[in-house]
Amino acid sequence: MDPIREKILKPSKETRQDILGKTLSYASIFLIVAVVLAIFLFVASKGIATFTENKASLVEFLTGTEWNPGANGPNGKPLVGALPMILGSFGVTFLAALFATPFAIGTALYMTELSSKRSQKFMQSVIELLVGIPSVVYGFIGLTVVVPFVRDHFGGSGYGILSGSFVLFVMVLPTITSMTVDSLRAVPKYYKSASLALGATEWQTIYRVLLRAAMPGIMTAIVFGMARAFGEALAVQMVIGNATLLPESLLSPASTLTSVLTMGIGNTVMGTVSNNALWSLALILLLMSLVFNLAVRFISRKGKM
Amino acid sequence: MKKAIISFATLFLAVFILAGCSQKTSSKQNITIVGSTALQPMVEMAAEEYQQDNSGVSITVQGGGSGTGLSQVQAGAVTIGNSDVFASELPGIKASELVDHTVAVLGLAPVANKDVGVKSLTMEQLRDIFAGKYTNWKQLGGKNQKIVVINRAQGSGTRIAFENNVMNGQKMVKAQEQESNGTVQRMVISTPGAISYLSFSYINKDMTALKVDGVSPTVDNVKDNSWKIWAYEHMYTKGKPDKATQRFLDYMFSDVVQDNLVKALGYIPISQMKVQKNEKNQVTPITTTGKEQTNGSN
Repeated sequence: MDPIREKILKPSKETRQDILGKTLSYASIFLIVAVVLAIFLFVASKGIATFTENKASLVEFLTGTEWNPGANGPNGKPLVGALPMILGSFGVTFLAALFATPFAIGTALYMTELSSKRSQKFMQSVIELLVGIPSVVYGFIGLTVVVPFVRDHFGGSGYGILSGSFVLFVMVLPTITSMTVDSLRAVPKYYKSASLALGATEWQTIYRVLLRAAMPGIMTAIVFGMARAFGEALAVQMVIGNATLLPESLLSPASTLTSVLTMGIGNTVMGTVSNNALWSLALILLLMSLVFNLAVRFISRKGKM
Repeated sequence: MKKAIISFATLFLAVFILAGCSQKTSSKQNITIVGSTALQPMVEMAAEEYQQDNSGVSITVQGGGSGTGLSQVQAGAVTIGNSDVFASELPGIKASELVDHTVAVLGLAPVANKDVGVKSLTMEQLRDIFAGKYTNWKQLGGKNQKIVVINRAQGSGTRIAFENNVMNGQKMVKAQEQESNGTVQRMVISTPGAISYLSFSYINKDMTALKVDGVSPTVDNVKDNSWKIWAYEHMYTKGKPDKATQRFLDYMFSDVVQDNLVKALGYIPISQMKVQKNEKNQVTPITTTGKEQTNGSN
């Protein structure tokens, strides 16, 4: 056969490279999607079993306050009231975000607008350092510093939502700060120039132009921080007291979804009510992270208009 | 570049295949032990010593909790499941399928913060504290200080043992729950008015180990049941253990482990107990001495 014809008809080296590259990329995508789906299906099937197999009522799960899945209530259904944990989780999350946001925005403004290049770099590494500290270290500091501090200055035993929020405050601060910095940097230069040219002071420019323009980005940063706080287990578990009680105040021992999960999972047997009930808590966590993700999408889409 | 990747991948594959081969060809016997974190350090140390003398056996010891240990051994996923509680006490476990080997006894004692002003309680007072009937140390002759009950996690072996021996069927008050002996120890020392319970080896001078009914929590008092709060440490196998496993279990019961390791880690050797307890918490004296008596109560 004609060698040229042969060459044209046969796939070239480049074509094969192309196919190989695509196959590898599709294979990775497939694997990741499969893993995510598998995790979701596993948690969902286990979590739903509490209500289908063990006949616990969903309403009681979301509004009940008695958490003792091993035992049955007066109506013969397992006691799976998860409201204390749900409230605890949301409590520490919102409080931590509330404490952290002003500091994060202040730091971000300093880094983008007010500081010299050198101190900017310094702050950058400080924040990166905060991200790198393992959560067990935060928890340990919380246990030895924050808990006694709260006990002496606010009262109670020191274990509670307030201590948890303080620890989470430090943990979400770097997340919110670095994302706020990014969104402030993304504001076009000419916004600032135009504002200054119109005679606005630096503060007026920051407050009326930069912050407004960066608002969707900052909101996204806060939601990301909240997602981190909501999912944090170890550090919170060490300082919150882990009592499955409705929090009477910020100073009384409470619990979060994650703290109950980490404490209970080793002590329960696969397939029992106690174990399934923990999976139901895990399902809530998973759904909440989905909600946080959707919130981020929604905010950034709105911000584009 | 591409060549480099391919050769790297080949190397990788080769390593995997070789590793696979070596595993198949070696005649090493594998024993996997999972479960109770209270028992873990002791079994770990015993396994290490055992492997030094028996190179043909490879023993892996992991924590995970009594529940994990029992469910894994029941599923046949591991060789031995460690537990602080009788298999029949855990829902979802078919105790009849498992063989019990009680290797040691764990003494538990109520502990309080040093400044509460109470050093001795009656069993009833202790029960009522954990049931939430007493809320201030003043009611027990101590300081005017709120009682802060610190509990262990629901389903934890130590908590079940404490409930069985103290609570007499009464429900515990809802309180703070902590995951481990270590955390409880730290909290009792640092929290004013705190009360909790610890295994003997975690008790130190910075807290008060409370006497109950006038009896001090000591090893000798456990042996004849004058101190009543204690529990067995179990190592469960599914059915009869195979030869290699049985040999390791025999080692656990040998004097080398019982006299040295068990004592050093704060447990009480099973051979020194003058009484035995069943899963219904009934105590009977041991008439004939010998460890086979307490071995295999199911």
